[in-house]
Amino acid sequence: MGITSRGFPGRRSAADAKLPPGQYLTTDFPVLSAGPTPHVSLDQWEFTINEGTDVLRRWDWKSFRDLPTETFATDLHCVTRWSKLGTSWEGVSLDTMFADVKTDAPYALVHSYGDYTTNLPMDDLMNKQAWIGFRFDDEDLEPEHGGPARLLVPHLYLWKSAKWVRGITLMHEDEPGFWESLGYHNYGDPWREQRYSGDE
Amino acid sequence: MSTHTYDYLDGNAAAGELSKIFALDVTAASGQCAHCGTTRRFAEAHLYMQGPGIVARCAVCENVLLRLVNVRERMFLDMQGMTFLSLDTSQLIESNR
Amino acid sequence: MWRVGTVIALHDETATARTITLDVPDWPRHVAGQHVDVRLTASDGYSAVRSYSIASAPNSERRVELTVERLPNGEVSPYLTQEVAVNDRLELRGPIGGWFVWRTQQTEPIQLIAGGSGIVPLMAMIRSRASAVSTAPFRLLYSVREPRAVFYRDELQALLPHDNSVSVSYAYTRTAPKDWPRPPGRIDAALIADATWPSKLVPTCYVCGPTSFVESATCLLTASGNSPDKVRTERFGPTGDRQ
Repeated sequence: MGITSRGFPGRRSAADAKLPPGQYLTTDFPVLSAGPTPHVSLDQWEFTINEGTDVLRRWDWKSFRDLPTETFATDLHCVTRWSKLGTSWEGVSLDTMFADVKTDAPYALVHSYGDYTTNLPMDDLMNKQAWIGFRFDDEDLEPEHGGPARLLVPHLYLWKSAKWVRGITLMHEDEPGFWESLGYHNYGDPWREQRYSGDE
Repeated sequence: MSTHTYDYLDGNAAAGELSKIFALDVTAASGQCAHCGTTRRFAEAHLYMQGPGIVARCAVCENVLLRLVNVRERMFLDMQGMTFLSLDTSQLIESNR
Repeated sequence: MWRVGTVIALHDETATARTITLDVPDWPRHVAGQHVDVRLTASDGYSAVRSYSIASAPNSERRVELTVERLPNGEVSPYLTQEVAVNDRLELRGPIGGWFVWRTQQTEPIQLIAGGSGIVPLMAMIRSRASAVSTAPFRLLYSVREPRAVFYRDELQALLPHDNSVSVSYAYTRTAPKDWPRPPGRIDAALIADATWPSKLVPTCYVCGPTSFVESATCLLTASGNSPDKVRTERFGPTGDRQ
């Protein structure tokens, strides 16, 4: 740690029981990225659920938007320490998308347009814990925030909520994704502060 | 799919972090992209620095060249995206003179 | 790795940009074009690191000048441009960079193209040339929004055109001075043809500024015949800050 810079305020956080440990509150919506923003036209967009080489389900934008949606408010917690509370979304629950999918695969590997991936247990995608979100704050989700559609898994750090989501591959063995393979925690529960591999 | 947003920096921006690892100047180093084979100066790579880690991408094909993450007292470095990096041995960075 | 510099002078370049002069013990001689990383640490331990190009010419007096532009939503630049006072201390890492540099041994024609705060490392090159009494032919094309946004105005103005000097051309993108021959607008092929070294002279080109500016200017330089390996670039954030 370095010398203290006189008068540099740092990030003071409201003492708020709603924030996971080590987080601070932000009112803007930082854009963090590992690569260029993909620009996916709606007539090319698709979302698939795969297992091995089998495509179990596929939606294009029209059939995706025909699915029942939910509107909800939730909190976002980024591993880079900012938290944004009470964000409002519209999306399709993963429970809806997996309704006709029969699988005993315990893990998922989520793929985005571009090369981003993230992994999580299937249990964390089901039971009202995850959505494919396409509207934020009453507007179509902007590309810089993951539009046309992104995964939202608010109970885990935001890197698990893959932007520009294009599909989920069902896995019988867990495979670490983009950040999980380079030092970040495999699961990522913000309430147990599981930021990095090795964190309890 | 094309990139029309100029939301990247370049290899110069990562040089400070990389100076923790490389004794030689990395910005003038030539690196070959393992994906498309283009060889360019690392200074010309597209750098995405605002996420959970640093990601350097090939300016031509946008595939990952290098990733770097600081985790407490460790640094994780992945250079699978480059087939080689060629550095000038006369260009020791200042702290290594 | 981190050295501590003491602020010995502050000078406002524009309404939003300030030059900070630091005295840095054991500062190695830098080369024009290099930058430093500045680290700020709050009392709660939170720290932020940002890169800033060195504005000063290499000198033997352990002096480092940084010119910082204040970004509206910045975390570090408002502190550096408004809060920092003489005698404050800043942590620096560097000098950094071995590609985007001009060394005094270079004798070929040099084309400098600056977008906004991208002028900072190029000014270091101009100052380095002067202090080394180099006769390398330099041209600068400096793109700014409006006259009030120009950094180092007096110093640039003092570079009168004559054999042993730097020729400076301005491109105003939003508001031009009264009676300016060229209407406000971004640099384009015509301006490159008028105001930069012909590519047949094989200049080494240095382009610095926001990413979109650098991509556009580089494209124009290569379209006018410069080889890509003769164009060196340094990109600041989309808003002009090296983040």
